[in-house]
Amino acid sequence: MTTAVAFEKISRHFGTVKAVDAVDLDIREGEFFAMLGPSGSGKTTCLRLIAGFERPTAGRLSIFGERAEDVPPYRRNVNTVFQDYALFPHLNVTDNVAYGLMVKGVAKAERRRAADEALELVKLPGYGARRPGQLSGGQRQRVALARALVNRPKVLLLDEPLGALDLKLRENMQEELKALQKSLGITFVFVTHDQGEALSMADRIAVFDHGKVMQVGTPEEIYKTPNSRFVADFVGSSNVLPPDFVLRHAGEKRWASLRPEAVRLVEQGPGSIAATVISSAYLGGTTRLGLDVEGQRINAVLPAGEPFPAEGKPVHIGFARDDLHLMDEGG
Amino acid sequence: MSLAQASAILPERGGLRGSLSDTLWRKPTVLLVLLLTPPVLWLGIVYLGSLFALLLQSFFSIDEFSGLINREFTFKTYGELLRPSNIDIIVRTVSMAAMVTLAAAVVAFPIAYFAARYARGKWKALFYLGVMLPLWSSYLVKVYAWKLILAKEGILTWLFAKLHLTWLIDAWLSLPIVGGNSLSVSFTGTFIVFLYVWLPFMILPVQAALERVPQNLVEASSDLGATPAQTFRNVLFPLALPGIVAGSIFTFSLTLGDYIIPQIVGTSHLFIGQAVYAHQGTAGNIPLAAAFTVVPIVVMGFYLWGAKRMGAFDAL
Repeated sequence: MTTAVAFEKISRHFGTVKAVDAVDLDIREGEFFAMLGPSGSGKTTCLRLIAGFERPTAGRLSIFGERAEDVPPYRRNVNTVFQDYALFPHLNVTDNVAYGLMVKGVAKAERRRAADEALELVKLPGYGARRPGQLSGGQRQRVALARALVNRPKVLLLDEPLGALDLKLRENMQEELKALQKSLGITFVFVTHDQGEALSMADRIAVFDHGKVMQVGTPEEIYKTPNSRFVADFVGSSNVLPPDFVLRHAGEKRWASLRPEAVRLVEQGPGSIAATVISSAYLGGTTRLGLDVEGQRINAVLPAGEPFPAEGKPVHIGFARDDLHLMDEGG
Repeated sequence: MSLAQASAILPERGGLRGSLSDTLWRKPTVLLVLLLTPPVLWLGIVYLGSLFALLLQSFFSIDEFSGLINREFTFKTYGELLRPSNIDIIVRTVSMAAMVTLAAAVVAFPIAYFAARYARGKWKALFYLGVMLPLWSSYLVKVYAWKLILAKEGILTWLFAKLHLTWLIDAWLSLPIVGGNSLSVSFTGTFIVFLYVWLPFMILPVQAALERVPQNLVEASSDLGATPAQTFRNVLFPLALPGIVAGSIFTFSLTLGDYIIPQIVGTSHLFIGQAVYAHQGTAGNIPLAAAFTVVPIVVMGFYLWGAKRMGAFDAL
């Protein structure tokens, strides 16, 4: 498989701030790649490096095999959907979408047709004459998407594009983006701080922290076998267990992660661990319990319908040894 | 706890201020009327009223023998205004104002762009200081300083001589219209001083307009394949245009009305301001002076109408 974007030991330092620090990354052609991390972890800077808005202070960046560090953004066949859309306020929707074609000198009739097609693709036909100011957040998002896609980029960059949308709209857009990516076959690079979004949409995920890539893998790999405390902690609400605790209950002195849904309430017996309920939250489909186990906080997720104990009640918990994922110290 | 004991509705503050606050909160229109009446009276009666009284004078005429004003409605004064010598004055002034405005826009844009895009903290303060400082010193002092700078024995001639470029000044001064005996008695000199004096009035609105253009629009344009020149033409310039138009209203109308600069630095040919000054003062021809005053107003009216038609205010 061809590599769409390759980072080789890329750094972007702003004075003493290491926004991106010696990152190695391979994004494959045609994949939906998510960059996941807390704010300030360097994921957006990585996206801006691909777009060409930032230049690396060190390292090699190639796009489809060609060196790109010294190529200005307007000569990269890469387009961006900006976080706050960055639509041109003085142009109507058609002119916004056709902007890329206009600056490339495509004839007016031709680019109108292409813009209409792109608007059709993002399910916004007939909106061409409106100004961005007359559109809702979700519609602006679609225009920004059409404006990028109309150029048929080799790589589409999306910078937290769903962040400003409400929950329902966000879920719709997630599905649509995924379907769009499949049908167009364009490489999507998606920046988000929402682990749920990354897990549900991406083919592969890179987890960022402090300017470094902590782990790259499929959503399942990242979720089930995090390689560090940070990844376990950040991706989902995994229980990160310290070596002492793991030694007592699993016989190995190493850090471990335990998914909350792997924790079960059991009758007192061999292997069961005494715990106290300290909080409970009803989440609709499930109930989340906060437990105090030997001074260690552990979250458990119970399926709905199962009776759950009141706060302050002593209970016993258990988990399968296989569900305990041992990790290196890391992060 | 004392906080817990307080009732949900606090008692009235009492006193005149308390009841006034409550009344004004309930009737915001009253507050608006109170706030607006003094400035509207000032603007409406003292300012606009006297302007219209002046304009009314332009429809009177002057009796050429007695020098008395004949208060009968007539277009005779406008007929006088359209004499070739007066048309000359109008064309000269409007061309000068147009060129000063154009040059001010060209010079101001990079300065304003730097200030809006890159200057932060100390540099921004320095920018504002640099732009405003000339406005704090007397206008007459600045104009006389320029007269000395541009004079034949002035520093500019000296500098050009040191650079062995005297021939350049001489060649320029030998040109018709813009030339003359020295820079300080040529239209070129008038133009330079106008440009210098009005430049801050162009820089500030352009900077304010550029400040409102988000950086990511420039990035988006470049992302979509636009070269820096295309980004300037298609994004920056249209979005800065309201600022440029606002600045040009200042530079254009200030140049149209000024009568001191062309008198100190320039030729003996009159500008509108000087004509108004001469007619209402020494000549005592108030109607013609008033008619001359109408010219900048009409020109500015057409200018704004044209700017609006070109879409200069669409981005507002």
